[in-house]
Amino acid sequence: MDLTWSADEQAFRAEARAWLETNVPPAGLASGDTREGFARHLEWERALFDARWAVVSWPQAYGGRDASLWEWLIFEEEYSRAGAPQRVTQNGIFLLAPTLFEFGTPGQRDRFLPTMASGEETWCQGWSEPDAGSDLAAISSRAVRDELAGGWRLSGQKTWTTRGAFCTHLFGLYRTDSDAERHRGLTYFLVPLDTPGVTVRGFGRLDGDEGFADVFCDDVFVPDDLVLGEVDQGWKVAMATTGSERGLTLRSPGRFLATTSRLVELARERGAADPLVRQRIAQGQIDAEAYQLQTLATVTKLSAGEHPGAESSLTKVFWSELDVQLHETALGLAGHDAELEDSPWMKGWQFALSGPIYAGTNEIQRNVIAERVLGLPRK
Amino acid sequence: MRFAFTENQLAFRDAVHDLLAKECPPSVVRDAWTNETGRSSTAWTELAKMGVLGALVPEAQGGLGLSEIDVVLLAEETGRVALPEPFVEHMLVGAPLLATEAAASGITTVTAGDPLVPYADTADTIVRLGHESFVADRDDSTLEAHRSVDHSRRLFSVETSGSPRALDAAEVSTAYWRGTLGFSAQLVGLGHHLLATTVEYVVARRQFGVPIGSFQAIKHKLADVRIALEFAAPLVYRAAYSLTVSDPAARTHVAMAKAASADAATLAARHALQCHGAMGYSFEYDLHLWIKRVWALAAAWGDATWHRELVARAILDT
Repeated sequence: MDLTWSADEQAFRAEARAWLETNVPPAGLASGDTREGFARHLEWERALFDARWAVVSWPQAYGGRDASLWEWLIFEEEYSRAGAPQRVTQNGIFLLAPTLFEFGTPGQRDRFLPTMASGEETWCQGWSEPDAGSDLAAISSRAVRDELAGGWRLSGQKTWTTRGAFCTHLFGLYRTDSDAERHRGLTYFLVPLDTPGVTVRGFGRLDGDEGFADVFCDDVFVPDDLVLGEVDQGWKVAMATTGSERGLTLRSPGRFLATTSRLVELARERGAADPLVRQRIAQGQIDAEAYQLQTLATVTKLSAGEHPGAESSLTKVFWSELDVQLHETALGLAGHDAELEDSPWMKGWQFALSGPIYAGTNEIQRNVIAERVLGLPRK
Repeated sequence: MRFAFTENQLAFRDAVHDLLAKECPPSVVRDAWTNETGRSSTAWTELAKMGVLGALVPEAQGGLGLSEIDVVLLAEETGRVALPEPFVEHMLVGAPLLATEAAASGITTVTAGDPLVPYADTADTIVRLGHESFVADRDDSTLEAHRSVDHSRRLFSVETSGSPRALDAAEVSTAYWRGTLGFSAQLVGLGHHLLATTVEYVVARRQFGVPIGSFQAIKHKLADVRIALEFAAPLVYRAAYSLTVSDPAARTHVAMAKAASADAATLAARHALQCHGAMGYSFEYDLHLWIKRVWALAAAWGDATWHRELVARAILDT
C-alpha cells in the first residue's frame, strides 16, 4: 500500500489547480438546466476544451491528455475543490464516450468524439419511457427496418431526458426486433435531434428548471452508420454505459469531499456546538473519505487490468445517500435561510434528491447487489 | 498510489485464515462460553507457533518485526471466526509494548478506559490504559469476575497490590490506537461472517414455498449490510497504513475506522438476527455468539459515537 502521489501526479495536480484558480468564474454560472444557463455553460466547456481540460482521460487526438485514471481522479478532485461549474456535457463525455470507445467504429469515434469534447454537439440519454423507468427492459419505442434507404425508422417517446431540450443529439435504445422480449431485440442508436420527425418538449424538474424533456420520434430516419454496436445487441452496449454512470466516471469522490468541506465551513461559521449536528458532520466526513478510499482501491484494481462488475451498484447507493445526508445536515445548520429557494444548499438539496432515483433507483441497485454480489435468488 | 495489500500480506492472511478454519470452528467458540478459561484450546498455541502473536515485536526481541499494515488482515480473520482469545490485547498491544521487558514471554491483556479487563485470570501481565496507565503482574493482583454479554470474554476488575510500572504518554498512545485498529478490523471480520451466514440461511430457509432470500425486504437489508462493510473496510486499512507510516492524522483515521466498523458490524448483527427470525433468537443456535461479540467490541475502546466526536473535534475545533 502506498497512499502518496508521485512527483508527476503532484505536478499534474498543481497545473490543474493553477488553471482552475485563474479561470473558474468566481460568481458561478446560472443553472445549466435552464436555456440561458446552458449557453453560458457551453462557453465554459469551450474554455476547458481549449486548455485541454475537458476530457483529460481521452487520447490527445480527441482533445484529451491521455491521463491515467489516477490523474483523472486528481483532476476531478481539483475541479470540485475549485467550485467549478457543473458539466453540462457529462452525459456525452462520461456516459456515451466510454461506450463509443468500446463499441464504436473508427468513423463514429472520429465523427462524434471531438465535437462532444468541445461542446459543439451535446448529448442526452434516451433510456426512460413513460412505461419503462426502473423496468428499463420494458422499452416499447421501436425502430423499423428501411432496407431501401439503408437505415431505420424510429418511433416512440423518451422521457425525463436530462437537458434534452438544449442538446443536439440523443443516444437511445429502440426495439428493432418486435418479436423479441425484454432485453433482447434492442438496438443502440445515435440520433441527431434536428432530424425531421423529432419533437422535443422541455419540462421542469423538482426545482422547476427546464432540465427534463420528452423526446418524441415519429418515423425518424436514422442511417445504419448511426447504430452503435450490433443490431439487437443494444442492451449489452447500454449496460456498459450504465456501469460508468453508477460507478466511477459520473460521481467521483472529489465532489463529495468538496461538499463536505463546504459543510464543515458552514458549521464553523454557524458554530457547531450541538452534539447531534457534530455527529452528523463527522459521519459525513467519514463517509466522504470512505468513498474516496474505496475508489482508490477500485482504481488500483482497474489499473491492474481487473474489471469492476456489479460492485458499481454498491458505490451508487453509497454516494447518492451520502449526498442527501450532507445536504440535509447543511440545511439543518442554515436555520430559516434553508427556506430560500436560491440558496446553494436548497438548490443542491433538490439535486441530491435525484441521486437515489437516476441511473437506476437505489431499490433496483439493492436488488442487483443482493442477486449479483450476494447471490440471492431472483425468485 | 496503490490501495492494495502486497502478495506477502495476502499470503500471510490466507495462512492465518486456514489455521483458524481448522483450529477455531464454531464449536470452539461455543465451548469457550462455558469452559474454564473462555479461550480456545489450541488456536492460541498454533498462532504462536506460526509467529503471529509476535508479529509486531521487533526481530531483535524474537518477533517478526512487522507493522500494522501487515497484520490488520490477520485481526480481521480472527474476527471472522470470533476467535475467543485476547488476540488484539496481546498481539497488537501488549507484546510490542513489553517486547524489551521480562514480561514479554507471557500473555498480556489490556483494557482501555474500562476498569474491566478481559481474560485477566489467564494472562501473566495486565496493562491498563486510561486515567492511570500501568503494567502490573497478574500475581500481584486481586481479580473479581464480571460477566460480559459475550460469555467467552471473561472480564475482571483488577486491584493491584504490587508496584505497577507506569506508562508514559507515548507508550499509551501507541498502544491505544493499535488496539482500537485491531478491534475495528475484528468488527469488519465479524460483520462479514454474519452476512455470509445470513445469506446462506435465507437461501436455504423456505416460507410461502420460496426461499425467503427471494423477498426484497430481505434482499435490501442484506444489501445495506454489504454496502456498510464495503465502505468500512477501506477506512480500517487506511488507518493501518497511517499508523505504519506515522501519518499526522493517524489517530483521526483510526477513530473513523472504529466508528464505521462498529456501525457496519452492528447493522450486520441486527439484520442477521432479523433475517434468521426465531431460529437466530434461539440460544442453542450459533448466531448469537457472533452477535454478542459484535456488541462487546462495538462498545470496547470507545464506541462509534465517542470516536465520531473525536473526528468532529479534528475537523470542527482545530
